[in-house]
Amino acid sequence: MAALLEVDGLTIDARKDDGSLAPIVKGVSFGIERGEVVALIGESGSGKTTIALSALGYSKPGLEFTGGEVRLDGRDVITMPPDEKRDMRGQRVAYLAQSAAATFNPALTIGEQVTESPVLHGQMSREEAEDRAEELYRALELPDPDRLGKRYPHQVSGGQLQRLMAAMALCGRPDLLILDEPTTALDVTTQIEVLKAFKSVIKREGAAALYVTHDLSVVAQIADRIVVLYAGDILEHGDADQVINRPAHDYTRRLMAAVRPPPAAGQGDEALAEHLRDSPAIEVKGVNAGYGRRMDGSVTVKVLRDVNLTVQRGHTVGIIGESGCGKSTLARVMSGLLPATDGDILLDGQVLRPGLQQRDRSELQKIQFVFQMADVALNPRQRIGSILGRPLEFYFGLRGRERRRRVGDLLQMVELPPEFAGRYPEELSGGQKQRVNLARALAASPEVLLCDEVISALDTIVGANVIELLKRLRRQSGVSFVFISHDLSTVASFADDIVVLYAGRVVEQGPTDRVLSPPYHPYTRLLIASVPELRIGWLEETMESQEAQAGIDRVVRMTDTGCPFFDRCPIAIEGTCDRETPPVRRLGGRHAIECHRSEAEFLEGSAPA
Amino acid sequence: MALLNAILRRTALGVVTLFVVSVLIFVGTSILPGDVANIILGQMATPESLAALRAKLGLDEPAHVRYFIWLSDLLTGDLGFSKAGAGAGTIGTPISEMLMPRLVNTLRLATAVAVVAVPFAVTVGLLAAMYPGTKLDRAVTFTTLGLISVPEFLVATLLVLVVAVQLGWLPATAYISGQETGMKLVRALAMPALTLIIVASSQIMRMTRATVLNVMSSPYIEMAILKGVPRKRIILRHALFNAIGPIANVIALNLAYLVSGVVIVETVFAYPGLAKLMIDAVQTRDLPLVQACAMIFCATYIVLIFIADMVSILSNPRLRHPR
Repeated sequence: MAALLEVDGLTIDARKDDGSLAPIVKGVSFGIERGEVVALIGESGSGKTTIALSALGYSKPGLEFTGGEVRLDGRDVITMPPDEKRDMRGQRVAYLAQSAAATFNPALTIGEQVTESPVLHGQMSREEAEDRAEELYRALELPDPDRLGKRYPHQVSGGQLQRLMAAMALCGRPDLLILDEPTTALDVTTQIEVLKAFKSVIKREGAAALYVTHDLSVVAQIADRIVVLYAGDILEHGDADQVINRPAHDYTRRLMAAVRPPPAAGQGDEALAEHLRDSPAIEVKGVNAGYGRRMDGSVTVKVLRDVNLTVQRGHTVGIIGESGCGKSTLARVMSGLLPATDGDILLDGQVLRPGLQQRDRSELQKIQFVFQMADVALNPRQRIGSILGRPLEFYFGLRGRERRRRVGDLLQMVELPPEFAGRYPEELSGGQKQRVNLARALAASPEVLLCDEVISALDTIVGANVIELLKRLRRQSGVSFVFISHDLSTVASFADDIVVLYAGRVVEQGPTDRVLSPPYHPYTRLLIASVPELRIGWLEETMESQEAQAGIDRVVRMTDTGCPFFDRCPIAIEGTCDRETPPVRRLGGRHAIECHRSEAEFLEGSAPA
Repeated sequence: MALLNAILRRTALGVVTLFVVSVLIFVGTSILPGDVANIILGQMATPESLAALRAKLGLDEPAHVRYFIWLSDLLTGDLGFSKAGAGAGTIGTPISEMLMPRLVNTLRLATAVAVVAVPFAVTVGLLAAMYPGTKLDRAVTFTTLGLISVPEFLVATLLVLVVAVQLGWLPATAYISGQETGMKLVRALAMPALTLIIVASSQIMRMTRATVLNVMSSPYIEMAILKGVPRKRIILRHALFNAIGPIANVIALNLAYLVSGVVIVETVFAYPGLAKLMIDAVQTRDLPLVQACAMIFCATYIVLIFIADMVSILSNPRLRHPR
């Protein structure tokens, strides 16, 4: 029997402004059997999404099919007439995109969008489609399945929306699913649940799937076969077991090497003693903050609650937690972008004025912010030279040759060639832009650098290189880092201290080694357990665990009474944890856990499952 | 709750704006050099006669007292009497009597234009957005841009030249006495209406096209394409719903313009509308009449924009269905 989908010598080109063609996909061939999951892996720019979309006979605007065929059951979908294409899409081949939040139409109900395709294609009546949708909601373990269809996309959580997208794709019983990085934008705890739901529903429906991702650990959990792509070419193609355990191509081995090991104790870099002075670089004391300021100074949405932390000179403090826990808010408060409602920020032992407008130039200069999205943070109309030159002029009054020389130094510092000063941001790759973003912050010669998810948007290999660069800068300059990330592995490999934030509270903090080894706060334990490992079968093992059952895929809820983690905690004490604010337990040194349970109980709860 | 809050907040804002506008209008008319007393007495003015007339007309009260008298009269529906003298010969006529026929004329014209222009413009705008880059789209873009750039008196004059003078199909002026009905009324309205339809539709068309096209580049539209949804349904069900807010706003602005901003068209066609009445009132320094017209114009803007905002609030599911 022929394969369900055959990609045969496919080439796709991009049409440039001057009319010439640039190859994006260079003669790619592979097949997908019925009931099989094939993963396409590669970095951004490898053409993996472009190839995946071709299975629907679709190309993004500006791209053209220039050769080869993509056959679905022997019929070429690229040359299919538009009417047949429309019939095939949604009915035979269905697509799941990276961001469900952007993929659902905000103005239509979930039910209408989930059932739209089979009803339009005349596969089912509206009632049949609604029944089918409800059945899928149940299979995907979505809450309140009989009324979910009447809700709007903004009324459900991100993880639920991601699973609803699977329901939308599966509603018309397609033969082939195209999944384009469907878990990349999710928190680890949500990702694990969504992965499990995808895997079981694909198996149940007997559909074939093409899974596009850059994350090898995810691939290891879900794929039967793996296709490794680089710059529009296939480098390696084989069974999941072979590619993961015995990679043949050098590039695949490099990809594997860049996968950060699961977070464990003993990875943190110890800071150099020479930078240590008496006062910490920056201190946060009893800070409360939030959004929507009222007349009396209180806030409508309270985010940070009584946050305390200290960053020693030359040290790196990693801040972790799921989205919605207040990580970025904390960085904004430290930088002065968002004034705290209570509490103090101390720089060098001196209390800082809360708002940016009231701070003087030297205070501004000492704390610099590196934003997550270099794309958005760099002005597209300015050359790199002026982006870097502006803070030099503002803080140090440098002009002319002096300023140009310093710009060159900065570029060298972030390992970019000096001629980049004349380029515009759009001429740079994602990793290069992030380096410029970093150099812009370094231009001010800061004492504290606040890095907010600076490598989250980068590919594995590029991200690993940026981390190496950060480590080197830290050794050379003695700058203190506050490093925010939802990726525990990255933080573990880079930070001296870790602060675990949950629902605006610090639930655990201490030296990296201590935080990453028992005793754990139950939330820290959940985070550690949820980081996918590059190992086939990891997903199933983890889902059996106690933490997973209790805590995975729940919404972070801010509470005013008791411990916010109460409803996700496997060892919560009814009547205590939901009523009383947990005490801070000091476990020696800087290590502290905020929990009603005692140290002995943590250790007990941490016994291997 | 969020919905009710948004509506209440928006209503309160509308009322406050109206109040502010009334102050501005009053201040604006008060600082004009010379007052009604000057105008009425003209060359015969002596300081004594001026003072006597001012006392008689209530003009010697302090400004804030006059403002509140005016405002309370306005709120009880009393627009006062015309104070313009000599030339206009309307002194003592109740202002509401002068306004009403003009207001009816203006609303007649505005309604005629709106009924044709709004559905026509939205449809053509949608068609252009459905087939971007096609001949139809390019023709629409080119024509609307051209018509927006050309001043409306030129459009009006060209229409008179072609339709009335060359072809002789319609009268060149649109004077109506108020007794016309049926075909006669249609013929009288046709030329100014046609001019305004051209001017107003161009903007609505462009905005509809731009907003819908903007929505068309969203990921959820790509998703709809990949689900095999036909193009017509994508536009009408997926895109239009998300474009209602901006479209409602540009329609409201254009309707408000039809009431207040059409003085040029009214002048070209000698059409007795409200805008022309206001210009005449300015010339005769008939300040109470100017104030009344200005209040009507501003209120029209505020009410229409308010309605447009309501439409966009109601078309937003985040406000209709809070979490």
